[in-house]
Order: sequence, then C-alpha cells, then structure tokens
Amino acid sequence: MKQLAICILLLAAFAFGTTAIGASADTPKALPGDSVYQLDIPLTNQDGRVSKLADLRGTPVLIAMFYTSCKYVCPLIIDSMLRVDKALTPEQRSGLRVVLVSFDPSNDTPQALKAASELRHLDLARWTLARTDVESVRKLAAVLGVQYREISPGEFNHSAVISVLDKEGRNLAHSSRIGELDPDLLAATQRELAEH
Amino acid sequence: MLRAATAVLCMAAFTLPAAAADYVTVPGGSYSSVLPPDGKFAPAVVAAFRLRTLPVTNGEFLDFVRANPQWARFRIASLFADGQYLSHWAGPLSLGGAGRNQPVTHVSWFAAEAYCESEQARLPTWYEFEYAAASDESHADARGDEAWREHILDWYSRPSTTALPDVGSTPKNFYGVYDMHGLIWEWVGDYAGLMISGDNRDQGDPDLLKFCGAGALSTQDRENYAILMRVAMLSALKAADTTANLGFRCAKGATGDGS
Repeated sequence: MKQLAICILLLAAFAFGTTAIGASADTPKALPGDSVYQLDIPLTNQDGRVSKLADLRGTPVLIAMFYTSCKYVCPLIIDSMLRVDKALTPEQRSGLRVVLVSFDPSNDTPQALKAASELRHLDLARWTLARTDVESVRKLAAVLGVQYREISPGEFNHSAVISVLDKEGRNLAHSSRIGELDPDLLAATQRELAEH
Repeated sequence: MLRAATAVLCMAAFTLPAAAADYVTVPGGSYSSVLPPDGKFAPAVVAAFRLRTLPVTNGEFLDFVRANPQWARFRIASLFADGQYLSHWAGPLSLGGAGRNQPVTHVSWFAAEAYCESEQARLPTWYEFEYAAASDESHADARGDEAWREHILDWYSRPSTTALPDVGSTPKNFYGVYDMHGLIWEWVGDYAGLMISGDNRDQGDPDLLKFCGAGALSTQDRENYAILMRVAMLSALKAADTTANLGFRCAKGATGDGS
C-alpha cells in the first residue's frame, strides 16, 4: 500500500514535471527583429562540429571576425577579447561565450582553427573559432558592421569590430579599439552578465 | 558547327522557363579600376561571369515577396531593412502606382541578396560591376571617351524627383547589358569593403589601426567622376539601408551557378 502511494506520487511528479517542461518549450519567445540571430547561417567549429549561429541564443556573446593567416590585426582582435575576458570575475566569465568567425573559409579548416586556438591557449569550453560559407561570411559581416574585401586569394582587408550581444542576440555595444582593453566594451559586457 | 548548334539548343533548353531573367556572359579580363587591388597601380582581374541584362523590376520583386513573405514590408526583420523598405508600393503585396517594369528601389542589401539567391545568383562584385559599366554601345572600355563621360554625368544632374523610367530604357552596352548608367544606383555584393574613406561609423581616432592586409584602397582615375560617385555612395551605406534611387541586378559565375 505504501509502495503504491509512493508510486502514485512519483508518477504525479513525473507528470507535473513533463507538463512544466512541455509548457516552456511550447512558448518560445519570438526573436527580436533586430537580433543578429535572425540570420540563418551555419557555423563549423574547430572540432568540426556544425551548428547554427542562432544556437548561441541564451547566453551573452562576445563576437568578432578574423582569419588565421592574418598576422597583424587579427591577433590584436583576439588580444582585446582576451582582455575583456580576463577582466571579468570567474562567475561572470563562466556566463560568457566568445566567438570568432573566419573571413577565409577556403583556408580556415577546423584543423587550422584548432591550431590557432591552441596557439593562443583559448578555453574551448567557452571560446569558439568557426568557419562558414562565403555568402554567410558576407551576411555576418553586414549584420556586425564589419567591412572586408578579399584583396588576393586568402588575403583580406577588413575593419576590426568586436561586438557584445545580449542573450537574445541584440548588439549592445561594439568596439574597434584593438590590442587594448576597451572599458566601454567591458562595461557593456559586465552589465549584460549581471542580468543573469 | 554541329557541336555549336547542339550547344545553342542545350542552352536554349536550360533558359526556357517562362519568367527566367536574361543573363549575358561577360568575358573575363583585367582593367584599371578606380580601386586598384594593391591601392596603387595593379590592374583588377575579373573572371568571366554572367550578368543580368536588366535591373530587377518592381513586378519581379513583388513575385519574389509573394513567394517569400518573410521579405514583405512590415514582416521583414528590422535587422534586414530600414523603415523605408518598399515604401513606394501601395501595400506589402500591392504595387499601386509603382510601375511593374520600373526598377525596384527602396530595397536593402539583404533583400537584394535574398532575391538573387532565388534566381540561383548573387549580387555582382564591385569589380564585375565597374568592368561591365566601363563599356559604351560599341567599346568594351569607353572610359577614355570624354564625351561619353560627360553624357553619363548629365544623368546625375537630373532631378531625382521625376519618376524612374522603365528598365531597358538606356542603350544596350557592348556586352548586351542595359542601364549600367543613367537609371539607378545599384548594390554590389562587396559594397561594404570599398573603404574609400575608412569606416565613417567610427567617429574616433582616425589613426586607429583598423585594417589588416595591404592597406585601404585608394582612388586612381580621378577623371571618372561617375564611377567615383558610385563608390562614394556605396561606401556610405549600411546593409539595411534603402533609398528611392537604389536598386540592384544579379550575377552568376560563368558556368551559371551563384559562385
């Protein structure tokens, strides 16, 4: 008899749990119209894993574009992102994802991205180096306000833009200060992380 | 001869679908661009490609929006177009006074890209556009002809308040392409990379180390005001911007795909 009661209680708990989960899954909030995640593009990360840009939804993101064979400006872009990351408290840091997307899909294979991440000792639990197709590179650059142009095969002129996105993918702040810590970018990142 | 005839027949079979837009092959080549790739003197190199003979019209864009309602006015995500998107139409799915055969304008770069994808095409690159726009009716490169340059410049002095003519209303150029001058401004795929004046959205330190690679491009052919005006206009735009005189046409690789 006691066993039956426990059984019923367990079943009820399961049923309740399922309902609760079902309800939240049935009512996903619509993506804001100005969210970068309106862009439906695929990303392949340094481990060859394929996802969609919009899968980043739910966590604040620091995002920029680069390419691994770029010797001068791109390492400085990564420096700036590392500086923001290091200026955060450990709790804040654990809530931030950092994403770099390559301009150069023909040369930046997952292997090349992996090698670049190892060279800079990036924490791949939170950092992602990714590639996408040529058309998607253009679209991502357009939504992030990055200017670029392929000058010769595998060589790009591009502006340096680091953006902080809120968990819905809205662009909260961006910075073109590279090789140094931009206090405004850090402040915007900290404000968004404090929301959680 | 027989092989050539077969080839023509095969091509005809491929281009038969009723609403398919016309594309012509523009042979590749190298030319002096106002934006040399090395920022100095190097010629720009263009591989053979196919270019739409006419800009996309209101009527064609309406058909696209009907088939792809996420690109309709009021439904389009604000990320992809400003508030003036298709504002010259009577409603999201009706042209009203906008002519079916007038070039579509008030379209963002994102919308133009999406339209071209629906034709298995893409926007032309700046070099492709400039290369095809260098020709008059009988010369591949007419840019040295002062009278021709003057004629093009006349267009810019016309008031922009008058209604746009229909597409195909200017003479066909050397490659069989219409309206490269004298009708509208046109988006190009890499408009954001022209960098004639750096990034004007950054109001800060002009000495900022912003660019990676061979350095920003510089302008060479200062006589060619008409083409420089296009560069200046395109460089000032953001991808969601729309204007009353800005439309587009599409391009494809020489083999017909979008690459």
